[in-house]
Amino acid sequence: MHPAFSVIFLTTLLGAGQGLFLALYTAQVYAAFGLLPEQDPVRFHALGAVLALVLLGLGLFSSFFHLGRPERAWRSAARWRTSWLSREILVLPALMAAIAAWAAIHYSGFDPLLFTFRETYAVSLSLAVGAIGTLLAFALYLCTGMIYACIKQLQEWATPLTVVNYTLFGLASGFLLAAAFAGWSGTGLADFFGGWAIIATVVVFFTRAASLVRNARLKHKSTLQTAIGVRHAQIVQKAQGAMGGSFNTREFFHGASKRKYAFVKWVFLVLVFPLPLLLASAGLGSGRTGLWLAAFLIQYLGLLAERWFFFAQANHPQNLYYQTV
Amino acid sequence: MTQLALVIDLNVCVGCHACVTSCKEWNTSGTAGPMADLKPYGKEPRGTFFNRVQTFEVGEYPQTETVHFPKSCLHCEDPPCVPVCPTGASYKREEDGIVLVDSDKCIGCKYCSWACPYGVRELDEHQKIMTKCTLCVDRIYDMSLPEAERRPACVNACPTNARLFGDVDDPDSEVSVAIREQGGYPLMPEWGTRPANHYLPRRKTRMTIHEDELVRADNPLKKERQLPMPDADDPTLDETTSW
Ligand code: SF4
Ligand code: SF4
Repeated sequence: MHPAFSVIFLTTLLGAGQGLFLALYTAQVYAAFGLLPEQDPVRFHALGAVLALVLLGLGLFSSFFHLGRPERAWRSAARWRTSWLSREILVLPALMAAIAAWAAIHYSGFDPLLFTFRETYAVSLSLAVGAIGTLLAFALYLCTGMIYACIKQLQEWATPLTVVNYTLFGLASGFLLAAAFAGWSGTGLADFFGGWAIIATVVVFFTRAASLVRNARLKHKSTLQTAIGVRHAQIVQKAQGAMGGSFNTREFFHGASKRKYAFVKWVFLVLVFPLPLLLASAGLGSGRTGLWLAAFLIQYLGLLAERWFFFAQANHPQNLYYQTV
Repeated sequence: MTQLALVIDLNVCVGCHACVTSCKEWNTSGTAGPMADLKPYGKEPRGTFFNRVQTFEVGEYPQTETVHFPKSCLHCEDPPCVPVCPTGASYKREEDGIVLVDSDKCIGCKYCSWACPYGVRELDEHQKIMTKCTLCVDRIYDMSLPEAERRPACVNACPTNARLFGDVDDPDSEVSVAIREQGGYPLMPEWGTRPANHYLPRRKTRMTIHEDELVRADNPLKKERQLPMPDADDPTLDETTSW
């Protein structure tokens, strides 16, 4: 498939934004159970939530570049019963609303106690709203992943690993950003977030490697024989039905040379996993915000390459009809 | 139930592209049009087509065969392009099974074209919406046309009659009979899309005659033995008899 930059930015920005919110909320839940110190609601929770909203907003913005008719985008909420794309478009604003509400609660300080759990743990409004946001954030990971995983003839994508990888990549980059943010705001939570980011990065290393291995061994179900229905081992295409290319030759091929393709794969393997892990482990306990920020930025760059490769690797069966691209 | 469809006879198609041009001509001025053309006279002309003819060569010389292969939307009975559409712009008509794109609703997200295994949807570069074969829905029901012309433009244009049009759910229709009796097959059956359009394979009519069918093995009266050829100078039958 042709990797469109709008979608590359969309998926990576959303993933990081969701991850950042989940990180902030995790800290709040830990604090509610007395496992972490309480944080400044304005400088930490509200500001962090705004940062997450900015990432989600940028993602939403870049998604418009993918549409031929962005002015009609509102229509895309119509088919949530069948379309994962429609579901994503519904969940994203819901998540943004939940995060905005969560930020507003923290900012305004209006955070009434809803009920007490086992007479020890106080559940406040912000905790409840955050829980809704958490559900929505995970739902959004599911939707984003399923948009790709549900197309069964794109066999490279049609695996649960797609959803798992989208989720874990988002969590890893979001928690790294949270670590940098925590370091900047002086809350001392950088190591907490960074630890989780390291765990997520290590786990996603294995799940992404699993999908790479799976794809390397993939046997495509469609062949030129099933595509045109002629049973012969040797079929050569003589004409593709277009002189200057067509939508089919532009949308479904990545168009990069073999070398660039292999290069991007190594770029993402290096930038997403070992480098951020190295920086993050140096960051643990060091109190140096710069290390966390560098880890996040390098991993984010790597994720752009990862997403490019994710698209480029998918081989659409329609390509069988365009043998000489 | 009605499921309109095309049946394309690869045995007959000569790859003349008459269906391609007539399709473009009809649809660019029809309800689905205009279909963009970019640099039509330039070095690399490109544009939107609902139907394209490709050519394949099967086998190795001298055992080769040229297969011209027209490709358009197959109006699948289980179209994967429909449920993925977020706006409902892609839909399948209940009454006749035609798969259409509502050009007022489409946001041009291209998701449906990813979901179609056959690569028959094209995003129009001017209108920025998804377009595809409509089976000439604005023509086949047009009562102002003579009945023989109420068929898709490609079917009317095909000089070799390689394209049949009709209801594949009616077992006695021309298309159903052709599929049944001439080995009609769907493309890429592995994706479970159940394409309504079918293709008829290339076929050769061959007769096998064995030696003993030419000369009778048991011929006691020598009735059918081969007679020696008469000399060139011998008189012919016409010369010896007068009728
Ligand atoms: S051929 Fe493609 S566009 Fe046409 S109905 Fe089937 S899946 Fe949809
Ligand atoms: S391009 Fe148009 S028809 Fe296709 S899925 Fe998007 S909105 Fe639906």
